[in-house]
Parts: sequence; structure tokens; C-alpha cells
Amino acid sequence: MAEKPRTLFEKIWDDHVVSSDPGAPAILAIDLHLVHEVTSPQAFTGLRERGLKVRRPGQTVATADHSIPTLDPSLPILDELAAKQLRQIEENCREFGIPFYGKGSPTRGIVHVIGPELGLTQPGMTIVCGDSHTATHGAFGALAFGIGTSEIEMVLATQTLLQRKPKTFRVQIDGRLGPGVGAKDIILALIARIGIGGGTGHVIEYTGEAIRALSMEERMTVCNMSIEAGARAGLIAPDETTFAYLKGRKFAPHGAAWDEAVARWRKLPTDEGATYDRTVTIDGQALEPMVTYGNNPGMGISVTGRIPSLTDVEPAARADLEHALAYMGLQPGASIAGQKLDVVFIGSCTNGRIEDLRAAASVLRGRRVAAGLRVLVVPGSQQVKKQAEAEGLDDVFTAAGAEWRESGCSMCIAMNGDQLEPGQYGISTSNRNFEGRQGKGGRTFLASPITAAASAIAGVVTDPRTLKPTATSVDVAHSTAVETH
Amino acid sequence: MPEPFVRTTSRVIAIPRANIDTDQICPARFLKITDKAGLADALFFDWRFTPDGKRREPVSFIDEPHNAGRQILLVGDNFGAGSSREHAPWALRAWGIRAIFSTGFADIFRGNALKNALLPIVVTPDRYAALTALQAADPDGEWTVDLEAQKATLPDGESFAFEIDPFARKMILAGTDEIGYVRSNLPAIEAWEAAHPARVDTARA
Repeated sequence: MAEKPRTLFEKIWDDHVVSSDPGAPAILAIDLHLVHEVTSPQAFTGLRERGLKVRRPGQTVATADHSIPTLDPSLPILDELAAKQLRQIEENCREFGIPFYGKGSPTRGIVHVIGPELGLTQPGMTIVCGDSHTATHGAFGALAFGIGTSEIEMVLATQTLLQRKPKTFRVQIDGRLGPGVGAKDIILALIARIGIGGGTGHVIEYTGEAIRALSMEERMTVCNMSIEAGARAGLIAPDETTFAYLKGRKFAPHGAAWDEAVARWRKLPTDEGATYDRTVTIDGQALEPMVTYGNNPGMGISVTGRIPSLTDVEPAARADLEHALAYMGLQPGASIAGQKLDVVFIGSCTNGRIEDLRAAASVLRGRRVAAGLRVLVVPGSQQVKKQAEAEGLDDVFTAAGAEWRESGCSMCIAMNGDQLEPGQYGISTSNRNFEGRQGKGGRTFLASPITAAASAIAGVVTDPRTLKPTATSVDVAHSTAVETH
Repeated sequence: MPEPFVRTTSRVIAIPRANIDTDQICPARFLKITDKAGLADALFFDWRFTPDGKRREPVSFIDEPHNAGRQILLVGDNFGAGSSREHAPWALRAWGIRAIFSTGFADIFRGNALKNALLPIVVTPDRYAALTALQAADPDGEWTVDLEAQKATLPDGESFAFEIDPFARKMILAGTDEIGYVRSNLPAIEAWEAAHPARVDTARA
């Protein structure tokens, strides 16, 4: 009898169920546990109190990214609490035997940037981290999701988690993206369509021509923000693009093990005839550069669009829209393009990889950022920083008037001193425009790297397709040379 | 280790807003702690204080004296969206909240809440509308949330059943957590590991 056709998610799930007692959630084996300084200290304390060890230190890796300064690393860390947290992760890793990429390590970086670049993230794995953007790793066809600190302690102690099986949700992006439209615009458009709770209880699988055409780094951008649609995780089936990215990376399989792994990975894509609990289809060709106007990532519109009026939304949603626009200090019905900016942030686990920096640099090359604007470019990892410097991108940014920093989460979460001041407007390539997220009272527009870079030049929210080419820059409207399509 | 929790009777705080994210519940700058101390003060901090640290005028609902000690929240849809920080349920618990009624919770928040004996209780949109009207009409009425009976009782004596993850319910009623249960399954974990060699070795030089 033929086996029942299964989705990518179901194959990974089935492969990792250790046991499932009736009435209890499944015990799910975890292949890789990523740890950072902010959400782990209480979990290690819990282990100590129970007298337990880390069960599989060789399937665990830690870094420092959230509260670490992005200034010159030789400077002392002045924030006492952050300094203590950074000392604590180092001590915890030493005590429990966990490999740690800390301050000074050439492979330190944002946890979701270094996992893929080191080849730790591989298709078919289960990957967890005490961070909701763990969904990033789903770009490789891994089941990757964020967990709380109690669950971190569980994984440290048992290398498993108790999990109820989520539902499946296919998001199909058809067609080809137009010039100036990229991965960030796909995901912002999806969240605007289904809402920030639209994926709750589901694991999304992204499919379709526009997804297949994305590079690995662009796929990571899409999967990264699955959580902003409320989804448990986001996945993309592995293909030749995935294998080409992984081959030769430090922790990827080598030699005969590589061939064996690729053969295994080729069996992962969803079977013909498998069904999903829900499907949404989006026409990729119709997408435009997206910008958010409100206080959650679902409040996104085309950069050519207008901020909704209260009458544009359901009566039940009016009070929340009114509150959001009051916080943002924006007029209902106004154009989003042309809104003034104080700060531009290019970085984060969403858009802090080398292709993102190349895209931003392609716009900024030969240009100057608007007078009075603060532009912060923060690479996602020390390896990204090194690569960017080898390509001279740092010179492009500093010549344009931007600051070039050490890697870290930086202004995405504003825990390390990089932040918006109260009332300031920032356009950001990060993932969350929640109130205060980028600094107390700060107001965030989320956008792609090229939209952020184009806005940096104009000093206001700008459609990247409207920039006039210079002798050395890329004409976004007519070129496919911009790395984000 | 948590204390057993069976039921509570309390007045209710209503926050009629949808999509309250964990950055509102506990702003990120309070995540630099290495223990769980002081989080009651961090709860909804930016709703309570201006960016320069002054208490807002008028004070936020959370700081109104008559709301002190209330253990039940009634909130809009998709409560706990965003960051996975367990500091959000820690802050709610530290402040005194034991149960939250909403039409929906974000997945990670719901899991984190249950691990801290904070009950996320999902109600239908119709029930939510009725509860909101009831709370507005009788803001000091006491509601009872009974985990053992899986039943909520309103001031007028009306009651309704609610669903909650049966495994989490057992853990909370017993005042235990899940690590002991999973460790009692170690033979199954060892068998799985024997059949599935590790995919990576992070300790490899």
C-alpha cells in the first residue's frame, strides 16, 4: 500500500517524535539548540537547582548578540546589567561545556545569522532557540521555532521538547517579483494580508515560483518574519539553491557524508497530493515595495499607498487603528511616501546578511544621506562584517554618511544602547514596529534594505524605484542588478 | 518549582485592545536581568510611565488603586504576540495575574503562560463581547476561575466551561513542571538518539 502523501513539515515532525503518550504532548527530539545571553540565564539557574547537566552540549551552541554593544569591542561595556548578562553566558557555557562564540570571536553574530553561515542549520533538522525569530532557519527546510526560558531549560536538560502538533498552512507566491521588490516585501505583504495572528497554531510552508527564485539569504528574510504573522514556524523545501549554499560550510557534512545527506534532503519536499489545513496564494508580480505605518507588522501598505482612514477598516478595528496612528503621529489618508525620518537602521536577523548590505550599498554608492539623518548599518555577524569590508561596502556606507558598526541585534531590540529617542521616526530593516521596540517612544517604519537606503538619501520614506541613477549607483527601477531583485 | 493552583476568585481588569505584544507587557530593556526579580514593576511599563520616567497623568489603569490585587485579565484578540520572552508571563505573575480571558493568544506566549501556572482561557467572540459588557456594567464583580472543574463563574452565578490543554492542567493542579515527566521517558529518548545519529557536532574544532 502506498504511504499517505506528507508535507515537508509532517516528514520532519514524524522523524523527530520520540514518544507520544495519550493525553500528553509529543516528546520531540531537538537536533540543534541555539542559545543567547538574554533568555538563557534563568534556564541555567534551573539546571543547577535540579543538579542536571546539559544533555547534548555538542548539539548546542551559544553566542552574544542581543545586549552586546556594536561599538568598538575594545571599549568597556558601561551598562552594568548588560555586562553582567554577557559575563553570565560565558560562565554558563564554560560550566556546562557549551561551545560559545563571544566578544572577540570572528564567528560571533546574531544567532540566526551565524547558524546558517556556519552550516549548523541543515534541512530536515529540528532547531530551537529562545528567540521568536528562530523561524529564520526554516529557509533550509528545517523545523525551527522560538521557545521560552522554561523550554530552554527543558532542551538543555533533555534535548527534547513537549509539543502539540501544529496545523499546516501553505503560502504560495506565484510569478516573478518586479524591480525594487524583494523578500522583505513578500513577507510584509503576507502579514498585511493575513494579520499578525493569521498564522497562529500553524506552520507555514512557502511555495511557488517567486519563492523558488529567491537566494538562501532572501528565503531567510521571508521565513524570519513568519512569527510576525503569528505562525509557529515557516519552512521552504530544500533544493539546489539550498545545497549550493551549504556545501563546504564548516559544520555541513563533508565527503561521503555530504552525498548521503543530500540524498536524504532530496526526500524532504512535500509529496504530490499532500494536503494543507489552509492555503493562501499571492501574485508576486503585483507586489510593490512595502512599508508599515502602524504599531504592528501587519499594518503594512505599498510605498505608493495611503495610510488607512478609520472608515477603511472594520468597526471593531477602528479604536486600535486610531491608537496606532496617534502613537505614530500620522494622519489617516496621508501618503506613506514623504513621511519624515530621523534615523535609518539597516541590519538585524531579518536583513543583516551580506546580500542585504550589498543591496543597501548599491543604492548608497556615490550618494550622501540626507542632512541631519542618523544612519546606522549593523552587520548581522562578524563574518558578514569581514566580507562587507573585503568588498569595500563599509567605505560606501561611511562615504555616504552612515555609521558602520560591529555585529549584533542593535536597534532591532534596542537593548544595547542603539535606540530611537522618544518621538523619533526610524525606517528599519528589522522585524517589529511595536511601540517602544526600537527605543522608548520611538516610531518605526519597517521596510526592505533598498527602501531604507533610498529613504536615507531623501530623508523621508521613499519608493526606491523613484531614485534617479547616479554615475556609480544602481537604477532600481530599471535594473535587475540590485541583489534583492 | 511552581505551587499547585486550583482556582481563584477575583475582580477583573479589562484591556479592550487587540494584539497586545510582549514588548508592551514587558519592554526589552527589562530583559537584562539574570534572574526573575523586579518584573512586577516592569509590567506594561511604558503604558504607566512617560519616556522620561514620570508616572503618566492620569495614571495608567494598572496603577489605579482599585485595580491592585486583581488576578484576572480580559483582553483583546491575539494577546502576547511577538517576542518569545518568558519575562512577559513572569511579569504578569509577579504582578499577581493568574488567568487571562481572550479570543486568542499567540502560540509562544500561551505555552510560556501555562508553564508558569498562568491560565490563558480562550473564549468565542460572542462570549468575549458578553464578558466585556458584563465587566463594564459591573467592574467590581468577582469572577471565579476553577481550573480543576474547568469552569468560570460570573458574579450573577452564571458559569461556563472552558478548554485548557489537559496535560498542562494536570501539571498546574499538581504544582509540578514538565522536566520530571520528560526525564521519566529517558529510555525512549536514549532509544531515539541511538537510532538517529547527531546531525551536527557543535564542539568539533
